Amino acid sequence: MSVRTYIQSRLGSRKILLMTHVIVGYPSLDVNWRMLERMEQADVDLVELQMPFSEPIADGPVFARANQEALKKGLSTDQYFDFMARATERFGFPHVMMGYYNTVFRLTHRTFCERLRAAGGAGFIVPDLPIEEYHDLFPLSESHGLTPVALFTPTNTDARLVEIGRHGRGFVYGVARRGVTGKRTDLKAGIDALAARYRAATDVPLALGFGIAGGDDVRQLHGSCEIAIVGSALLEHWENGGEEEYRSFLEELQKARF
Amino acid sequence: MLDSLLKNVEARTGYFGAYGGAFTPEILRTTLDELIAAFEDARRDPSFWEEFRTVMQTYSCRPTPLTPLKNLSEALGGPAIYMKREDLNQTGSHKINNVMGQGLLVARMGKKRVIAETGAGQHGVATATMAARLGLKCTIYMGAVDVERQRPNVFWMERLGAEVVSVEDGSATLKDAINQCLRDWAFSMDDTHYVLGTACGPHPFPQMVAWFQQIIGQECREQMLAATGRLPDRVYCCVGGGSNATGTFLGFLDDEEVELVGIEAGGEGLDTGRHAARLAGTDGSPGVAQGYKTYFLQDKEGQMRHTHSVAAGLDYIGVSPILACLRESGRVRYEATTDGEVLEAFQTLLRREGIIAALESAHAVAGAIREAPDMGKDKTVLLTLSGRGDKDIFTIAEALKDPGWQRFLQRKAGR
Ligand SMILES: Cc1ncc(COP(=O)(O)O)c(C=O)c1O
Repeated sequence: MSVRTYIQSRLGSRKILLMTHVIVGYPSLDVNWRMLERMEQADVDLVELQMPFSEPIADGPVFARANQEALKKGLSTDQYFDFMARATERFGFPHVMMGYYNTVFRLTHRTFCERLRAAGGAGFIVPDLPIEEYHDLFPLSESHGLTPVALFTPTNTDARLVEIGRHGRGFVYGVARRGVTGKRTDLKAGIDALAARYRAATDVPLALGFGIAGGDDVRQLHGSCEIAIVGSALLEHWENGGEEEYRSFLEELQKARF
Repeated sequence: MLDSLLKNVEARTGYFGAYGGAFTPEILRTTLDELIAAFEDARRDPSFWEEFRTVMQTYSCRPTPLTPLKNLSEALGGPAIYMKREDLNQTGSHKINNVMGQGLLVARMGKKRVIAETGAGQHGVATATMAARLGLKCTIYMGAVDVERQRPNVFWMERLGAEVVSVEDGSATLKDAINQCLRDWAFSMDDTHYVLGTACGPHPFPQMVAWFQQIIGQECREQMLAATGRLPDRVYCCVGGGSNATGTFLGFLDDEEVELVGIEAGGEGLDTGRHAARLAGTDGSPGVAQGYKTYFLQDKEGQMRHTHSVAAGLDYIGVSPILACLRESGRVRYEATTDGEVLEAFQTLLRREGIIAALESAHAVAGAIREAPDMGKDKTVLLTLSGRGDKDIFTIAEALKDPGWQRFLQRKAGR
């Protein structure tokens, strides 16, 4: 089933889908596995698995440190794909690779697509790769059955949004505010208008992320988009309160979908 | 000259051969487009270059002198050596050329705040003086390791009214300060300009920084012709991000008979892995990070390595895409000199010519000292001294184990 069809079918039973995030290798592969188990328990709809990078320019302090710690413990590309393969075998939700372009560039576009497909990945989000630089990555992802996820940001002109929107497959990742990951977003300030601008630029489902920090935020997004993305807030709950707090936070998020 | 380099390259904007581009999060796209437009506008306006030259004449010391190094030439028994004195600029290095140029653009764009990364602190100090003069708010990001080894510059930046943020991420050096600037800019771009300090980063920075820095090469060419009646046989520059080198080389790019040599930081030696040589030797490889494609010091999977150099300003993972392109075309030759050779060269220049070099710049001196004895006496060499060494007093005094300075530090600390 394509990512897009999957999203449509899930929307039959909930107002919004939930996409959560794991930085592979942080705090450890074992803990990552338990995180995924809790996500499955909360019936999360999609999961982003981030491949750490030494220069994570789109990430704020929480994720930047997590990237660094994962690499310090020696996380390699092999281990990453290995983990993804085990996860896609065991868990039913689609797994989307998130990472920086150097990982893709060093593997070469073709090998990256082959390995991602072999690991059971559904698609990829590469925040430092503008659409002009994809080149054969678009046709290669198509022939490998992978969904490339383009990004919309609030500073884009309408013309640029349309240009990016044309490359939308599966879903488009709409960034909810300026800046990098981590900081809380005030969703009351103009999120509807922003979502409407994004919506007008693409036919595929819209996901909104960056600074979504709890159930109320997810509820606030009902009707504005199809997918709410929660990243840093989840990791912070694990760091502050361990598995139990992580579990109850996921429960809060999952309830907010209805 | 830069135009001829640009004409040479494929039609893709911001590319020099296979290198360059703009690999940034989409959030920066509009700001970069605005900057490209402002720069293109200024570049095509002949009065802009005149305005820039006037600022550099009246605020800095342009044209900076060309000094014949007769004693050094004699001691080496080789060619006549001439030194371009970028150390005599306002704030003591070539960094001010680019900074004042971008300052004029900031005024054109109407932004109220500037941010900058700094390694040695020279670019940070230059930016802080520009901000003070133009009445702009200023934040400087500096790796924690560099804050430690370049304390005098931190002091001056703060006195000039800049906020200095110590960056603890990663290896806590120049690359991490650049990441932090990109993150700040992703939020603040409406009223803030990022004054990138070298010919690296996303388009238009490599082209724009090189365009301002070509003032060095233009002057060098005229001054060499005036002093010797011909062009130099060889030109040496140190290469960190590559701005003083591209700026100097651009004056001679079309003169095939002039050999251009870039000197990188050899640290403890290329075979030790503890160095910052991306183009010399074989440790660098193509990659994409910090917004651009170039040669990086990275592992097989593309994770950046920790670099090492006694000179903070050369201690960096990447290098200008212009210089990467000029390596592939064979136009520029790259070498590396070790920390040891550099300290030696620093002292030679000090004692023989009475010139206090920045440790970065002393790499170019070390390169010339290594190779000059093999050149004929009828040859001429030009080398760019990118900056002065006052800022390095702590590092140099420690490396030389200067007893008087050590006693002084102990006394101060004991107080
Ligand atoms: C005196 C001096 N020279 C050289 C450099 C290296 O920079 P670039 O290679 O851009 O000239 C620096 C950077 O901080 C510097 O301070």
